[in-house]
Amino acid sequence: MVNFILRNIWQRIILLIFISIISHAIVHLAPGEPALVDPSNPRMKAEDIQRIRAAFHLDEPLHMQYVYWVKDLFTGELKSFKDNQPVMGKIWERFLNSLPLFVIATFITWCLAFPVGIRAAVHRDSTFDRSSTFVSYALISIPGFFLSYLVIIFMVKTFNIPVLGMRTFGLEDASFLFQSMDRVWHLTIPALMSAIAGTAVLSRYVRSQMSEVLHQDYMRTARAKGLPEDQVIYRHGLRNALLPFITMFGLTIPGLIGGSVIFEQIFSWPGMGRLGYEAILARDFPIILTLNFMTAVLVLVGTLVSDILYAVVDPRIKF
Amino acid sequence: MNESITILETDALPPSKGLFQERWDILKRNTMAYGSFWFLMSLLALAFIGKVLTRYIVVFDPKIVRLSEKFLPPLTAFTSSITPKEDAPAFGFYLFGTDELGRDVFARMLEGTSVSLSVGFVAVGIMLTVGIFFGGIAGYYGRVKIGFVTVDAIIMRFVDIMLCFPTFFLILTVVALLPPSIYNIMIVIGLTSWMGTARFVRAEFLSLRDQDFVAAARSQAIPEWRIIFIHMVPNAIAPVLVSATLGVASAILTESALSFLGFGVQPPDATWGNILSDGKNFLFDAPWLTFIPGFTILLVVLAFNLCGEGLREAFNPKLKTTS
Repeated sequence: MVNFILRNIWQRIILLIFISIISHAIVHLAPGEPALVDPSNPRMKAEDIQRIRAAFHLDEPLHMQYVYWVKDLFTGELKSFKDNQPVMGKIWERFLNSLPLFVIATFITWCLAFPVGIRAAVHRDSTFDRSSTFVSYALISIPGFFLSYLVIIFMVKTFNIPVLGMRTFGLEDASFLFQSMDRVWHLTIPALMSAIAGTAVLSRYVRSQMSEVLHQDYMRTARAKGLPEDQVIYRHGLRNALLPFITMFGLTIPGLIGGSVIFEQIFSWPGMGRLGYEAILARDFPIILTLNFMTAVLVLVGTLVSDILYAVVDPRIKF
Repeated sequence: MNESITILETDALPPSKGLFQERWDILKRNTMAYGSFWFLMSLLALAFIGKVLTRYIVVFDPKIVRLSEKFLPPLTAFTSSITPKEDAPAFGFYLFGTDELGRDVFARMLEGTSVSLSVGFVAVGIMLTVGIFFGGIAGYYGRVKIGFVTVDAIIMRFVDIMLCFPTFFLILTVVALLPPSIYNIMIVIGLTSWMGTARFVRAEFLSLRDQDFVAAARSQAIPEWRIIFIHMVPNAIAPVLVSATLGVASAILTESALSFLGFGVQPPDATWGNILSDGKNFLFDAPWLTFIPGFTILLVVLAFNLCGEGLREAFNPKLKTTS
């Protein structure tokens, strides 16, 4: 077991090094430098550009820039090009904003997808199955921002509740209860919107897993023993159908950064996805690279955790 | 007595059906998927007609600006006395209304149909080419060693690396840094989505490469590229077809998401995505500018998804024609 984990970690570290090299190369080789963001500014003289490039090590060869980036990243010295703030501090601040959104969206996804999927599988070819299938395809097919706009209009017009941003401006002096209510309202709609596509996909997976399990011999045995139907489905069926979802749970972790750009942009939510988008617009290479690197770390940690959990949960897997 | 024997004989010798004929019959039973298929076929025809009518024999001109005619709701007749007669829309009315510059939305949607579909198809073409190439090489030459690692290990680790990138973030980075162009968007979407195809093709090839027809082809000294691409790829085409159909759907969605962030296909080319993201600024004054492209994207992507899922079920080897 320990050997298995160590070998896996070792392989992933090698992958991570390659990923960081490739992403560094992509970002630096693409045309457009930070110094060229504002080419029409008359105060930017050639020597200024030269000075900026030297300050950010942009005039050195590519492999030296990579070494500088890695050294700064691990000593915590990495500074944003835009405002010279430490990159880690900026990301941490945005991470704290993204976290509640992500946690609640994941919670909604898993709590909705399982009942829907299980019901659709148990009552196969019923009206519920057909309509949930159709609705989940429709939700996958709709552009996320289009649906969000429809929901924003609907919510604001019918319930008159605030939806944009993280809190209502000017409520800083209100009592704690009011402030937290305000936060909850602002959180609900963005979380729901970012959960929708995931719910649709996940409920399809739950349905196909469950309908595979329902035909197994041990299900028939359980029914033949005279167990109540609920116990057959949830104790014998669901527990066996759950195994593949351990893998899926590991893979949702990277959604924390990459999956939320659109929704954070629509709802003016100051999270990590938006930080990345702003960094791309400003050619803020350290932030782009660090976010990319962190996503890769999250993917690798997610797959590692799901591999280990899989081995722990499934007694058929031996080392 | 005689009759029953003849029936038995016909039962014993069913008409020989090819793989595709058999699978096609399964697909037909799935009404939603079959309907989506014909919907997409008519959409293709519409895209072709639209391309001709907006570009070559101009009946609907999407580029005419009529500032006195802006924000007209759908189905408004052309009655303006300020706008010159030759700028009037075809058939004398605006089927889908006009936008903030007084352009005919119907003409723009018609132009956008061919552009959006070609973004989807070219991106998927790139995805399939790269995916089949890497998947085929990894599957066929899997056991060959370069130094101390196998070809298979090199390619599949590369696939793992690509899977670790946050796809949308990567697309956004590259599209934002490169000069804006419709070809860059197609290429970037294609190059970031081939990993699934490569995995499917490799898995199929692993079971195909030891089969008799491959051994027979090899014994005739047929060149290896020919064995891979002419003999083996057609036998591995089913999962590829499914992922291609679903790929077009996700490419259209990705393009509209990029348009929303301002990095999509740039004007004057109209796509559904950039009509939608321009229209959202006038959501309250002119809701049709948002709803028409929005629901068009929803319908078309839904049709691609249903069709792809139908194909996946039809090509599932566990299902056989029982009738």
